[in-house]
Amino acid sequence: MDDQTKPPLRDGPSRRGLFGAFGLAAGALAAPPVAAAPTGSEGHAPVTLSVNGREHRLTLDVRTTLLDALREHMDLTGAKKGCDHGQCGACTVHVDGSRVLSCLTLAISAEGRKVVTIEGLAKDGELHPMQQAFIDHDGFQCGYCTPGQIMSAVACVQEGHAATDDDIREYMSGNLCRCAAYPRIVAAIRQARGQMGAA
Amino acid sequence: MRPFVYDRAATIDRAVQLGAHTASGQADAPVQFLAGGTTVLDLMKLDVMTPQTVIDITPLKPSLRTIETGPAGLRLGAGVTMAEAAGHDGVRTQYPVIADSLKLAASAQIRNMATLGGNVLQRTRCGYYRDPSWSRCNKRVPGSGCEALTGPNRNHAVLGVSKACIAQYPGDFAVALVALEAQVEVDGPDGRRTLPFEAVHRGPDQPHIEHSLKPGELITGFFVPPGAWTRSSLYLKIRDRASYEFAIASAAVALDLDGDVVRDVRIGLGGMAYRPWRAREAEALLKGEPLSEDAAEAAARAALKGAVTHEDNAYKPELGRRTLVRALLEAARMEA
Repeated sequence: MDDQTKPPLRDGPSRRGLFGAFGLAAGALAAPPVAAAPTGSEGHAPVTLSVNGREHRLTLDVRTTLLDALREHMDLTGAKKGCDHGQCGACTVHVDGSRVLSCLTLAISAEGRKVVTIEGLAKDGELHPMQQAFIDHDGFQCGYCTPGQIMSAVACVQEGHAATDDDIREYMSGNLCRCAAYPRIVAAIRQARGQMGAA
Repeated sequence: MRPFVYDRAATIDRAVQLGAHTASGQADAPVQFLAGGTTVLDLMKLDVMTPQTVIDITPLKPSLRTIETGPAGLRLGAGVTMAEAAGHDGVRTQYPVIADSLKLAASAQIRNMATLGGNVLQRTRCGYYRDPSWSRCNKRVPGSGCEALTGPNRNHAVLGVSKACIAQYPGDFAVALVALEAQVEVDGPDGRRTLPFEAVHRGPDQPHIEHSLKPGELITGFFVPPGAWTRSSLYLKIRDRASYEFAIASAAVALDLDGDVVRDVRIGLGGMAYRPWRAREAEALLKGEPLSEDAAEAAARAALKGAVTHEDNAYKPELGRRTLVRALLEAARMEA
């Protein structure tokens, strides 16, 4: 479902009704009797994101995930939406240098942090050693999971979790490849590991 | 995902203040804290959790991100990520059961995101709980019934279950904490308090009330007391895949041997219980006795004695027994 364009509420009975007992709390939320001023945002909010070294000033529905913000609002469609539930790894990006799942990150939560996507990996038109290694070893078939695989693999090497093939398999297990290109992905990471170390 | 008010808390006081506007601290509460987001956002997308306000406590993380090890024990800040704790030298060498439980859980990406405070409160993976198109789920809709009792229940719990709910507690870290008699530090509208970790997760009589934290209370850290047993400790996790899968049986064992005689032992069981499970009967049988394979088997039988199985999970008591025997014997070898 596209959070930006669809009406927020579905047809049918609202589960809100089940929480009738919490009506008091809901009322309190509308006008919180707290000393500090409420700062909450509902609906749309201004969100500034730093992606691949560039600042993007956006106005987003607060529900927008980092993945949807990248794909639908910044035209950065490299990160893929596979399961949208943090199970497949296709949406993997780097936030402040560590690999995370952009589908389980709210865009507004990523404010003030440095996001790097597959589009930000190549430098001056030259592929990152991991990108080249995936080509050299044919580390994909359909390619849908590949941006996530590569972002995850770069972090895997940087973390020091690519010393052995077993380590690579264990620490890459959060990236599913339904074409089962796994042996070639392991070979690609093995190659890039040395080149990244030298860089 | 339904609309919600997004708010940020830059201090613990502010988080507690905002969180206090809720009638319940449970999954159905209208105000939820957001840390790593790996449970809350997942369940919000599934329409299982429908908070009206989400309080982002990510800005708190630096203050909750400390790990302290020393003669007085181990303190883990609630904002420490799973990856940070799993990779910490002091945790790895002094409390291997904790490092193992974290390293063997989830994926590298999730371990980078998920915090320890949120990890212990992760929700069950019961398919009926996670899919609101099933109308009967006592955990989601109090009093509605339980589909899992008669539906596919291969991954459901056999220890600590009731006729109201057989959902399995899915986590690993909490099993290590319960075994090591950890304490939880919370901050809330009534101030700070510490409670035994074992008292956090509740039994299945009212499945929708999962934990004993009060509205607005925020976990700030965990304290693990020192003991001769923490160094010779391990987490053995049995699962359907070699990696990135929840346990179908697991054992957290911490052992202090005098020669081959058990001076002290701590045992937690996971992957088969309604909540993080401490196997006290097994511990009592082992204490003061030589740790033979027979003794380990007798202890494991005692640990699973109260198991209640359903159609598809009848394999679990035997798997649980074998898992615990192997964990005990492996822990004994760590001492040698």
